[in-house]
This record gives sequence, C-alpha cells and structure tokens, in this order.
Amino acid sequence: MSYLPHTQADREHMLEVVGVPSVEDLFASIPPALRLGRDLCLPEALTEHDLLEHLGQMASRNQEATRSSFLGAGAYQHFVPTLVETVTSRSEFLTAYTPYQAEASQGTLQAIFEFQTMICRLTGMDVANASVYDGGTAATDAVLMALAQTRRPKVLVSRGVHPHTRGILATYLAAGGGVVEEIPLRDGRTEIPQVGSDVAAVVIQVPNFLGQVEDGPALCQAARQAGALAIVAVNDPVSLAVLEAPGAYGADLVCGEAQPVGLPLSFGGPYVGFLAARKDLLRRMPGRLVGLTADGQGRRGFCLTLQAREQHIRREKASSNICSNQGLCALAVTVHLALLGPEGLRRAALGSMSSAAYAAGRLAQVPGFSLVFSGPGFHEFVLRCPVPPEQLLQGLAERGILGGYALGRDYPELADSLLVCCTELNRRQDVEGLALELEALVQASVEVTP
Amino acid sequence: MKTFEPTLFEKSRPGRQGTMPPETDCPAVQPEELLPAGMLRKAPPALPELSELDVLRHFTRLSQLNFSVDTHFYPLGSCTMKYNPRVNEKAATLPGFAAIHPLQPESTVQGALALMSSLQDCLAEITGMDAITLQPSAGAHGEITALFMISRYFRDKGEKRTRVLVPDSSHGTNPASAALAGFEVVTIPSNAEGGVDLEALRANLDANVACLMLTNPSTLGLFETGIEEIASLVHEAGGLLYYDGANMNALMGLVRPGDMGFDLVHLNLHKTFSTPHGGGGPGSGPVGARGELVHYLPGPRVVQDGQTFRTEVPGHSIGRVRTFWGNFLVLVRAYAYIRTHGSQGLQDVSRAAVLAANYMRVRLQGHFDLPYQGTCMHEFVLSARNLKTARGVRATDVAKRLLDFGFHSPTIYFPLIVEEALMIEPTETESLETMDAFIEAMRTLAEEDPQTLHDAPQTRPVGRLDETQAARKPVLAWPE
Repeated sequence: MSYLPHTQADREHMLEVVGVPSVEDLFASIPPALRLGRDLCLPEALTEHDLLEHLGQMASRNQEATRSSFLGAGAYQHFVPTLVETVTSRSEFLTAYTPYQAEASQGTLQAIFEFQTMICRLTGMDVANASVYDGGTAATDAVLMALAQTRRPKVLVSRGVHPHTRGILATYLAAGGGVVEEIPLRDGRTEIPQVGSDVAAVVIQVPNFLGQVEDGPALCQAARQAGALAIVAVNDPVSLAVLEAPGAYGADLVCGEAQPVGLPLSFGGPYVGFLAARKDLLRRMPGRLVGLTADGQGRRGFCLTLQAREQHIRREKASSNICSNQGLCALAVTVHLALLGPEGLRRAALGSMSSAAYAAGRLAQVPGFSLVFSGPGFHEFVLRCPVPPEQLLQGLAERGILGGYALGRDYPELADSLLVCCTELNRRQDVEGLALELEALVQASVEVTP
Repeated sequence: MKTFEPTLFEKSRPGRQGTMPPETDCPAVQPEELLPAGMLRKAPPALPELSELDVLRHFTRLSQLNFSVDTHFYPLGSCTMKYNPRVNEKAATLPGFAAIHPLQPESTVQGALALMSSLQDCLAEITGMDAITLQPSAGAHGEITALFMISRYFRDKGEKRTRVLVPDSSHGTNPASAALAGFEVVTIPSNAEGGVDLEALRANLDANVACLMLTNPSTLGLFETGIEEIASLVHEAGGLLYYDGANMNALMGLVRPGDMGFDLVHLNLHKTFSTPHGGGGPGSGPVGARGELVHYLPGPRVVQDGQTFRTEVPGHSIGRVRTFWGNFLVLVRAYAYIRTHGSQGLQDVSRAAVLAANYMRVRLQGHFDLPYQGTCMHEFVLSARNLKTARGVRATDVAKRLLDFGFHSPTIYFPLIVEEALMIEPTETESLETMDAFIEAMRTLAEEDPQTLHDAPQTRPVGRLDETQAARKPVLAWPE
C-alpha cells in the first residue's frame, strides 16, 4: 500500500533528467557505513481494509466514556454539535499550512481572529493569542511572561491548580528560570497568601482542581497589591457563562484549556490551550497573533502580526520557542461557541451545575459517603469514601461506570476521596445508577472483609 | 465565489440561536443560590448569536478562501506537505479512540495504551533510539523537552555545561528552545558546501558545551557528509548530539539518526508521518533517546508488562511537559500511516521524495540561482538574488505570483544564510504533471515584467496586506 503517484515511466523520466542511472545514486553522498542496509523491524504493511479492522479491534479494547462517566479532573465531556466536525474535517481547513501566506489563508486567519475575540470576551481580557498546546502549557507560558515582565524570581502557585499543570511548571522552571512556592488550601480553597516583593505572579485556578470556586477578587488583589501579576487558569470555559470573567476581578493573565468547548475527550489530546492578557503585556505574548488590516485597495484582510516576537525571526531572543500550535482545535472551539452562543453556553453551565448539585446531594446520602468541602462549587465535588477509591473505581468500571478520579496520588491528604464531575449530559438515572453501585460495592467489600 | 465574509460578530443578531445542548432532568439550581456575589457573572459573555445555517455558511465560505494540500500543491521546504490519507482521519474518529477519558483506569484503555506502545516501538526502530516519549505536542515542544533532559543529565553528572551550539542554517526553534531551557546559544557558521564548518565547531567545543543541535539533511537539503566526524568531535568533548527530525522524510528506513551518532531525536509526526497540519496544528513531536538518557524522558510513558500495558515514570524523569499523554489522536493517525507502509513502504517514500526533489532542482536550476550545487536530498534551496539584482524582483514577489498560478509558495527567506531564499520540497506524493506545472509557472514568472510580480497576487480574495499597519496599531479582536 502506498500513496506514491509515480509510474515506472515517471521514475525513468525523472532519473534521465537528473542524469543518474538509479535512485540509489542520489544517496551516494551518505557514508556507506551509516546506511541501514536492512529492513526496519516494523509490523507488516496493511491494506486499507485490514488497517481499519486492526484499528477497530484496538479501539474496541477501550471502554468509551458515556453518560455514565463522572470523570472530569481537567478533561470534560460536554455536548458537541455535529457541525463542529463537519467544519473541522473540511479539506481547506484540515490540510492547510500555517497561514504565513496571508493571501492564500484568509479563511484560517479570520477564524483565528474570531477565536481570539471569543477568548477575550469569555475571559474579559484585551488580547488573546492563536492558541498554545494545552491548558497546562498555557499556564506555564503565563508564568514565563510574568517572570520576564516583573524580573522577579518567585511564583506562588495554589495547590488547587491542576496537578499536571503544576508538574509542567516545575519541569520548565527546573532549568533555573524561577522558583515555585505552593499556596496551601484551607477547606478546599486557596488561602490568601502573603505576597512578597520578590513574587512575580500568583497563580490560581477557577474553579480549582477540587471543584471549589475560589475567591478570585481577593486573590487577585493580594497579588496586585504586591506588584505581582494575577494569573487565573480556567480548565472549563463553560463555567464562564455563570462565573465572573477573570478580567473583571483583576486578572492580568488568563490561561486555560478549551477542550470542554468543542473537542472530544480523545484520551487527552489534541486539546487546545488559550492565553489572554491585558494590553500592556501584548509584546510578551508567545505564539501567533492574527491582526486586522487592509490591502493596497483598502480591502479588509487578516494577517499574522507582531512576528518580531517569534522564533523564526528572533531565534534565541524570541519571547517563546512555540511554532506549531493547535490551529484546528481552536477552529473547533470557535465553531462550537458560535453555535451555542451565550444562551447555549449558559444552558450547558446551568445543566452541569444542576446535575452536580443533585449528584452531590444524592451520593452524600449513600451510607459511608460524605462531601469533604462545603464551599461554592461548579460541576465537580470531592466525595469521601468508606473504602479505598481506587477499589471503587475498578468495581464501577466493570459495571460500565467511570466513577471519578481518585485523589490520593496528587493529594495524599485526600487519599480516601474521589473527585466526581457532572455535566449537562449526566441524567438523574445515571446518578442513581452510580449511587446504587457505590452502595453495592461498599456492601460487598464489608462482606469480604469482616 | 464570494471573497469577503463578515465576521461572526457582524452577522450576529440578538435572540438568534444555533444548536442547544440537552437539558438535564436534575432539579434546576440557580447560580445566585450557589455562588458568592463577587464571583457571579454580571453580563453574559458577548458570544455571537447565529443559526446553524449561518454558522455552516460562514465557515464553509471561510474555508474557500484558503489554500490547502487537498486543493493546491504546497512545495514548502522543511514542512513536508504531503498527502494526508483520509483513512487515518477515519481511524481518529473511532469512538473507541475519540471518546475515552485520559484518566480512566488503565484496564479500560488497553487498546489505546497498546497503540501508543507499538508506536513508541516503531519510532524507536525508525530513529535507532532506545526509547520514545509521545508527550510533546509539536517539534519545538520536542526540542525543549530534549534540552530539559540534557540539562538534568549533566546536572546529575555534576557537569556545568551552559552552551548549546546551533548551525547558522538551523530552524529558528532550535536557538529559541535552547535559550528557553536556560542555555547560552552559540551559532556555528556553515562552510562553502553548506555543511557545518568543522574548524568553527572545533574552536567552540569545550567542557562548557552541552550539545550540538543538527538537522540532517540540513535545511539546505544537503546530507551532512561530515556527520561521523562531527559526532566524534562532540562526543570527545563530552557533549551530546541532538537530531532535529524536521527533515526525516529523506531518510526513512535508509539511514537512522542513532546510527549517525545522535543521542536524542525529535520527529514531527505532522510532517514525515502525514498527519494534517490543520492550519497550524495540532502537531506531535515525539522525542527519542539513547543509553542513560532514556531515564530522563518525560513521564508517564507506556510500558508493556506481558500481555498488559501500563504507564510509568522513568527513574530520572524531567517530569511532565504537558497534560495527560500527548496529542493522542495525532498519534493514532501516525500509527495508521506507519502500519499502511511497513518497512519497504517507508523506504519507498523517502526514495521517491528525494527523486522528486532532484528532478525539480535540475529543471529549475537554469532559471534561478542554486547557491549549493550537487545532488540534494528531499528539498533544495534556490535564490532569487539574480532576479533581485537584474530586475528588482524579490523572493516575496515570486511567492505571491505563484499564488496567481495556483501554487502555494515555497518557504521563503529561510534558511537565513541564503539571500532571497526559495526552499522547495515537493514531497513524494505529488505527480510528475503537478511538478511540471509548477516548474512551468516558475520559469514563466522568472521572465515576466517586474511590475506584474510586484502587483501579485491579483487572483486572491485580498492583495498584499499592510503588515506594518497591522503591527503598529494591532487590532487583535473584534470590538464589542
């Protein structure tokens, strides 16, 4: 199987034009000792038919997340309209290159401009870029901007920020770029920290990883009073239909993950990070930016702009090394948000809140289970369990239910607890099913361990 | 075809509605009941309000303003704009791949882990590395990952190595990544043949050098014939050799980075392994390592335990470089591509890519300057300096005029060491007829009057845009 269009006659013609007897002669400049001289040890080639059968078999060994999934923890299953895939699978978007040649890329450029606009409006910020890899690297980019802007060495990061995000930040700063200090949680929410004059930024997540809604205004004020930047991470933009825009309560930078608004769970990727900032931080933004301009005849058009920040121009002096970002994923988000509009997004948010509130109440009634935190939440909550959560999750999975996320690995103090998520897709009967299975699993575990 | 499409925000009308999410049957709660006043949204986000058909027409029209591989030939050097097989797209939409959560119990995602494990093995074999991480999301992300590994590796060995060497022909991401990882960047000049200047390399190699980042074939499309000596020199100085895999399409199954002496490698699955570019991503930039360096790979990685697959963090891992496991659906596509080809198929791909590039080089070299003569690999670099000197026509003009002929432009003004550079990579999937038509267009425009070229493009929805204005007074969002 191959996608090569060249016939034997084509090859002979090309060789004749080039003036060599065989293709092998074109590799003559490579020292013979370096040539592999054998076949690669790869599985045998498959026809299209056999490939689909093989991949179908692999896919069937995975258990799909359905309405019986209560797993969130940074990847959220919301409704996605059919049209999103209709648009993103169009050849002209799917197989286009980065829009460096603006005249041949107005479709991609305008879509990115619309994405930037929507991110600004959701977050209440002045400027947003064309996307970064994911929510975790977006937060790291925001921190790097703050370190460069303030020339201060330290970053305060809430323990309520997604553990993966904190991990990425630690990796990036380990090379000597800055020092991370953790802000502890009290009753699941970030304590208001003492911010010293050596602090470049305070980073919080809203709602935080444990599902609690932080006191955004107070935390941002604590940062800004000390001359540090306030960075707010948002891991589910659906929440922004009901939660205040971070820009309105004092955020200098807003970063986050836009997977929940338009992308399937996809086993974690590709997702799409977003990064938005106050105007005065614009020239420190990493990645591509699309701006509005006009051609010689005054016709409106869009182009990549402020490229003097970027690696292909500035090399080692660039504001970031990013090149490829998540263009097609940003397009999916743009289509999704255009289809839902403010009303649709609000319905998804209210539905998620309602399902989660109902589930929290119902699950806390199952004997042995209780809610760990009492503060305001959006669509996730922490449930204390009478038997080890990992054991419950395995049992639930065998019954087709994804029961949530066991917190012990990231929060040893919550080793007895599950993080449970609901969205507008979870119905009452799904919650009821989870409650009954939890009760049965606890019962069974009591019976085997008298 | 309409060439102007208003923005979504201009088309929006209050009260118009597109697709609605389902309503839950759980008792409705009001945000005011659950959220503190200071965190309640005062005004809804000003998203556009449109019908489904509005949205579909809008994006369909926008799509028609684009060039794409499916509609046009993209001879973009170092970008490897090959055909993106549709069966791979179908694979990526299988619910068993697209609808699984990244934090499910490992027992419920054995198929996904098996695919990743197999892809790791395939890429290790293709590159000659001992182990692969699939986490990095793009080539530049792979570079920074490898540089973090290098940094940690030398720190653990108690060596203070602060410098990274990059050739002056390197991709801009190489020095940008090195600087971001905290290294001092030293640029090594190229010699007259376009290879690494060995004298300059020797002069800069000392106990401070952590690594040399090299693209081979280079961005000039030339195989670095001195690679064995370069590898010895770098290793004798205690440094490491890093392979930028942007140009791997020339060498699959023929030469492996590991056999050339490279210690670390990144690949671009969105180039060599045919996953679509999507107008600027998503990509995927797996990193391979050899020897002790494998213990520094980011974690978690997939490992096989008998018949089951699980994830684990390598012993000296640098940690995470992104959330979850990587751009999984891009990995599915690349795996499908490799399984479609097998060893022989991948070798055929590289041979065909090199033959096509040489054919185009020979047929164009009389009409444009070819600064570096001789056989090229999968790409070659022309210069428009003859046109510039004789008639004031620049590489930009060539690029824009090509759009009128229905071809995307080559990569221009890169590599930086070639004046008025036009970097051409046909890839293996373009037919002889398409290449001939492009050659004909290039020959034609080389003879055209300069004004026609300066005024190009004339056939696109917009002419050349005022980039100075865009940067001076940036408008990056539609005003509310």
